[in-house]
Amino acid sequence: MINVENVSKTFNTPNGKVEVLKNINLKIDQGDIFGIIGFSGAGKSTLIRCLNGLEKPDTGNITIGENEITKLNRRELRNARKKIGMIFQQFNLFDSKTVYENIAFPLEISGYKKDKIKERVEEILDLVELSEKKDSYPLQLSGGQKQRVGIARALANEPDVLLSDEATSALDPQTTFSILELLKNINKKLNLTIVIITHELDVLRYCTNNMVVLEEGYIVETGDTESLFLNPNSVTLKKFIKITEGFQKKRNFAGGEGI
Amino acid sequence: MSSDLVKLLLTGTEETLYMVLISAIIAFCLGVPIGVLLVISDKGGIFPLLKVNKIVGFIINVIRSMPEMILIIILLPLAKFIVGTTLGANAAIVSISIGSAPFIARIIENSLKEVEFGKIEAAESMGATTFEIIKRVLLPEALPSIVRGITIAIIGIIGFTAIAGAIGAGGLGSLAIRFGYQRFRTDVLIGTVVILIVIVQSIQLLGDFIAKVINKRRFKFE
Repeated sequence: MINVENVSKTFNTPNGKVEVLKNINLKIDQGDIFGIIGFSGAGKSTLIRCLNGLEKPDTGNITIGENEITKLNRRELRNARKKIGMIFQQFNLFDSKTVYENIAFPLEISGYKKDKIKERVEEILDLVELSEKKDSYPLQLSGGQKQRVGIARALANEPDVLLSDEATSALDPQTTFSILELLKNINKKLNLTIVIITHELDVLRYCTNNMVVLEEGYIVETGDTESLFLNPNSVTLKKFIKITEGFQKKRNFAGGEGI
Repeated sequence: MSSDLVKLLLTGTEETLYMVLISAIIAFCLGVPIGVLLVISDKGGIFPLLKVNKIVGFIINVIRSMPEMILIIILLPLAKFIVGTTLGANAAIVSISIGSAPFIARIIENSLKEVEFGKIEAAESMGATTFEIIKRVLLPEALPSIVRGITIAIIGIIGFTAIAGAIGAGGLGSLAIRFGYQRFRTDVLIGTVVILIVIVQSIQLLGDFIAKVINKRRFKFE
């Protein structure tokens, strides 16, 4: 479904060149929930943004379905993006539009007729359980509700892939859980391929089937989530597990009940 | 005498409002697209054209660095070319609209730059074209700020018309100079000042009100 071959990317910064991605190779299957984890600055945001062409890699190829993302011209890329949904840490909803209008936006720019849009928006509002909020504005919603609108908006055009750029990082644990439940549901219902980047271990453990660990622009580990967690090899993943367990121990020590 | 005062002030007000209205419309038609161009053509914008951006920015700065009086004089030949005369309200409208457009362009630029880049990126990730992003994301998201900016610009244009009045444009500015100053008609002077205050206050109140209504709609809790 998604194929990333030898992708490298360098940014020119005032402090010199920074190699953000170094020879990345990835294969993601149709219907998979795939995780990319790494500490800040590991290059995960750049990697996911390369997948829908928001960033252009210096070298290498990216293919999603039949589209060779790295070879498309502007117009072709826009059409390809209509089938690649994306959700964001900061939600990035349009404050000037109601929930309904936010979700209708991708359909409008794809040229759907009004009644078709209405039908689709209502269907998708139902899926994310926000039907009663359709006339609210984003500023009137809670974080979890905002992300549900974000997901609905990303799914409106019936994409083949959903990219999640730290989509739960701004949410509390309970809301994170409900959003992940929603993503898992959608994955099952629509057989949608989902790519999740995160720095939250629990997110990966809870919902991904396969994952890679990114460390300073390299993929240092790759495999199915369960076996990687049982047998971590990379410094990054070991650190992640140690830190997360450390928190849990402290919480138990303090008499907390955990989540 | 008092009926002559009323008549003078009425004609003056009428001329001023006419000049402000027409100049503002033309200045917006010129200024808004230029402001949008400045934002999208900038580095990191959705349609980067750095050279165009630099050149347009430079021209705006040149026009904006000229005192209004001098700008009017410089643009008189253009007024003559377009409306056939250098006198009267229509000639002034040419100078005022061209003189105010760069100011409006900067105001629009400022407002649009307040829109978080993430929203633009979200629209890009959905496959929106540059034009769709401008029309459906940038301008609506920045609307309350644009309305406040437009209010400031219109008040600036009122001041501009008063200065144009000094060189034969007519309107309240011209009244204040020809009657109030040169003929010692204190009543005319006070009259024009009062009317200008009323006009400016009303426009400011109206602008604040519209911006507030838009914001309230977006923040309203059920």
